[in-house]
Amino acid sequence: MTDDYNFAYLDEETKRMIRRAILKGVAIPGYQVPFASREMPMPYGWGTGGVQVTAACLTPEDVLKVIDQGADDTTNAVSIRKFFQRTAGVKVTEATAEASLIQTRHRIPEAALTEGQIVVFQVPIPEPLRFLEPRETETRKMHELEEYGLMHVKLYEDIARHGQIATAYDYPVKVEGRYVMDPSPIPKFDNPKLDGSPALMLFGAGREQRIYALPPYTKVVSLDFEDHPFEPSKADHDCDLCAASDTYLDEVIMDDQGGRMFVCSDTDHCRCRREAGHVGRLGVAA
Amino acid sequence: MDAASLSGGFADTAREAARAFRASLDAMARPGTLHAVTGALPPAPLSPAAGALILTLADTTTGLHLAPSHDVAAVRDWVTFHTGAPLVGPEAAVFALGDWASLQPLDRFPIGRADYPDRSATLIVEMPALAASGVRLTGPGIKETAQLSMPETEAFVQNAQLFPLGLDFFFTAGDLLAALPRTTKVEAL
Repeated sequence: MTDDYNFAYLDEETKRMIRRAILKGVAIPGYQVPFASREMPMPYGWGTGGVQVTAACLTPEDVLKVIDQGADDTTNAVSIRKFFQRTAGVKVTEATAEASLIQTRHRIPEAALTEGQIVVFQVPIPEPLRFLEPRETETRKMHELEEYGLMHVKLYEDIARHGQIATAYDYPVKVEGRYVMDPSPIPKFDNPKLDGSPALMLFGAGREQRIYALPPYTKVVSLDFEDHPFEPSKADHDCDLCAASDTYLDEVIMDDQGGRMFVCSDTDHCRCRREAGHVGRLGVAA
Repeated sequence: MDAASLSGGFADTAREAARAFRASLDAMARPGTLHAVTGALPPAPLSPAAGALILTLADTTTGLHLAPSHDVAAVRDWVTFHTGAPLVGPEAAVFALGDWASLQPLDRFPIGRADYPDRSATLIVEMPALAASGVRLTGPGIKETAQLSMPETEAFVQNAQLFPLGLDFFFTAGDLLAALPRTTKVEAL
């Protein structure tokens, strides 16, 4: 670590502003708190919101894990992990169970989260109604009046057109029976993990300047209809490396003959299973 | 201004503020849990926990209301020197600080607007003591139920009914703090 940076990069005044927004977010679950997002030394879309929330929450004692679509070893995850190693000097890990703070882009780890852990989500578009109503003044009014009929019309149109709700990620949820919230572009497979989670979940959208939160043990319901209930979905395969049948899978194209394999998107979970002796179709016994 | 008001701030601002914030975040996310915060040595009657909260959250952009119990020269000088927070009346408060009796009546504080429920005051209530026993708490952040010693019940029942508007509370005693967001349902046992 270098002392050229303030602890966790941001200046103290910025951290206070973000911290106040986080506390209000926790007090009003699912409500998007505006905050004065700063420029960060990375482009928008690379997790500037998540990085600011992480910077405001980190303590020197934290153990940080960063994942990008479940993987610890992709560019986004590696660069954010290095950023905080350098500016905050915190310990880092790839093991979900060892981490006290997990910053994630578009996945929730497969391993069960525990009390005391904080998950920070990177959010591109925090407003679940934005693609239905582009005006911020209108969507704010809709949240104020709890007027979410438009979202149900959208889900209904999915059913009318495709025979089922075709939204596979970014699937809207209702929090504590009040605010409709965008869970960030996690696959809907992960939506059930939001409900009643023992971990605190914080959401940061840098370009859109919003922070919102789910306290632990908060009721989170994925929107659906009685005759078309919500169904978390995944590829209908087992992991080809660790044989897991209950994890979210990535499809990897192997050649130009149509060859493909399915592997766990959560690299840490897959590694732990292989180390425990599970071998998939294309796996090699350890 | 007394020279004593120049001391008692965080020695290592970034790290101590980070720890104090994490304690207050855990407290707000898990109502009824008690957390120790250290690092601030404010003048009496301000407790170390309340002092740490002020140092961590208040600055020149947040109006601070000192209730009569804490509206003394030593506290005014200390808060002003260390945070620069403007001292304001209850209707303009982002934070308010005092004991329970002197913070009354609560309806003077902003509870947020229907379109911006976050624009509400956070009250820091100084308590003689804090314990994880007393009234029963349920709601987000609490697995089944929790308990917390609180000054009364009725005010918090009414505050929860305002949701999504309402006030949020920190309770402090010595170096301990606990929190109660507007979502928590409070029942007398």
